[in-house]
Amino acid sequence: MRTSYLRGLTVLGLLLMLAALYMIFVYVPTEATMGAVQRIFYFHVPLAWLAFMAFFIVFICSVVYLVMRNPKWDLVASSSAEIGVIFTSLFLISGSLWAKPIWGVWWIWEPRLTAALVLWIIYIAYLLVRSYVQNKEQGARLAAVVGIAGFVDVPVVALAVALWRTDHPSPVIFEGGLAPSMLYTLLVCITAFSVLFLVLLLLKLANKDIESEIKQIYKQLI
Amino acid sequence: MDNLGFLFAVFGIAWLVLFFYVLVLIRGQDRLRKEVTKLNAIMKEKGTDKPAH
Repeated sequence: MRTSYLRGLTVLGLLLMLAALYMIFVYVPTEATMGAVQRIFYFHVPLAWLAFMAFFIVFICSVVYLVMRNPKWDLVASSSAEIGVIFTSLFLISGSLWAKPIWGVWWIWEPRLTAALVLWIIYIAYLLVRSYVQNKEQGARLAAVVGIAGFVDVPVVALAVALWRTDHPSPVIFEGGLAPSMLYTLLVCITAFSVLFLVLLLLKLANKDIESEIKQIYKQLI
Repeated sequence: MDNLGFLFAVFGIAWLVLFFYVLVLIRGQDRLRKEVTKLNAIMKEKGTDKPAH
């Protein structure tokens, strides 16, 4: 059943991505101040939001895992963390490539960028804890604690622009600062990336399922 | 016009990374499925009952 859902979602994701690319490069007008490079916004923002979503999933699943000790929750948390790290890497890179032509520098140590880098480091640490602790169950528990504590940084990144004086652009999406065509394009991009996230998560979970099955078979063989 | 290079770099890097990750996941799945098939065959030889995947 999961395979047919996965195929359907993958096709849907591809179609949404194609629609998103059309809207980014053809439909949406060029922004007046920053020019064509502003179109990075339509990848940068969805990548950031989906990274936050991924770490929210890690947070919830880590809490449930620590309470119920059911390894399935740990599998979802670890899969989501891996995808979250990839999305965070991509939004840091896209932000840097956007910053260079606009600010003239690749990076500045301002609150939002610094908090985002800290977020990336926290979840790299989450993955390292899982890999390097010898006892897998202990590693999962330690990682769950990192996943729960580390989630504190997500609202810090999200609210940094409101809390501190920062060079990062102020929020415009919920403040009505986007033209309708830009808002529609952003919404399509967010939807496309959400489906992509789901596809990646289901693929990762499918692999972990098969790994568990292999472990069971080895136990029977021994 | 120079800024278009940054725009295409973002899209290029994002697509490359995501494509590479999907490839790693799919190849990983293929390898795992082959291992399951191999192990099922061993189990069958040994005459042990197991559910098929």
